[in-house]
Amino acid sequence: MRELLGDIDRWKSQGKRVALARVVDTEGSGPRETGAAMAVNEDGDVIGSVSGGCVESAVVGEALAILNGEQSARVVTFGYSDNEAFAVGLTCGGTIHLFIQPLEW
Amino acid sequence: MTVYTTLATRIRANQPVALATVIDGPHVGLTLLMSPEGILGGTLGDAELDRVVARDAVGELEAGRTGIRHYGPQGESTPEDLVDTPTVRVFVESFSPPPRMWIFGAVDFTAALAKVAKVLGYHVTVCDAREVFATRRRFPMADDVIVSWPTPLFEKEGQVLGPRDAVCILTHDPKFDVPAIQGALRTPVGYIGVMGSRKTHAKRLERLTEVGITDPSDLARLLSPIGLDLGARTPEETAIAICAEIIARRTGRLATSLSATNGPIH
Repeated sequence: MRELLGDIDRWKSQGKRVALARVVDTEGSGPRETGAAMAVNEDGDVIGSVSGGCVESAVVGEALAILNGEQSARVVTFGYSDNEAFAVGLTCGGTIHLFIQPLEW
Repeated sequence: MTVYTTLATRIRANQPVALATVIDGPHVGLTLLMSPEGILGGTLGDAELDRVVARDAVGELEAGRTGIRHYGPQGESTPEDLVDTPTVRVFVESFSPPPRMWIFGAVDFTAALAKVAKVLGYHVTVCDAREVFATRRRFPMADDVIVSWPTPLFEKEGQVLGPRDAVCILTHDPKFDVPAIQGALRTPVGYIGVMGSRKTHAKRLERLTEVGITDPSDLARLLSPIGLDLGARTPEETAIAICAEIIARRTGRLATSLSATNGPIH
């Protein structure tokens, strides 16, 4: 989170809407620790990371859907143990749970 | 001030702060911000839930833990209260100030160690009594460069050191080593590494005995020769060996190659 603050401040000062994705839980081996975060602005610009690059592009899609109002803030799971998440897996075989929400607080 | 601005201000100022976010339940996305002293702003949608989460978050913050906690809609937290109630899942994220590393001795190994420690996120203090050596120009990567004998530094600031922090004594000089070790042993610092060969350490133990440090539990806290057995030679390799030992001590691992073991890798 610390490393995201500068860019988030800049985006906010430009009036851009921002979504925040944070790792809230991991199972098995995950590349990033709980609390790892990335932020996406309404233009699709990205900072930070929540995995070793395995799921970031899918997270951008989820984040933009949330900013557009097509989805509400929610927990999204990536990993092989989740039946709905087969499309985007982690190469390490672990599972990560992300909470993605608009940064409106 | 919004919750975000207060959070950003405290993180930048290295002040401890915990952010709680409802990730599942009636008010998904609401946030509550807490310092060790109490609530700073925001709400999770119920005053009683706020109170209970704030109480728990202060403990999480002290331990530097981040994770999900489960409550009832009004903060119910005992297992019997949670039967048949919808659960609120709250993600509590602790932002603790960076751990500290104090390095005694302004030598070549110090610069390399300070660099690696910065990569790992430490707030690095370099301390040496010799003004010529303890300069910011020689250690631009350190957060603080202090010209001092160890004893006054420990007396003034030793109380900030805790189990997440490290003291590395690289001086090789008993005049400096002994008071640095004495100072470090009076704190609950998690790692005390002291540079020197086995022979140097044996002599050092004699000097420590002379100043009354004989308690086996004290002596067991001193890691010397310093670092993991990586066969390190250069200051940079030695810095990696020291930092690897700090990590292995924290996690309680034996530090062998993962390819030679079968257990979980984290």
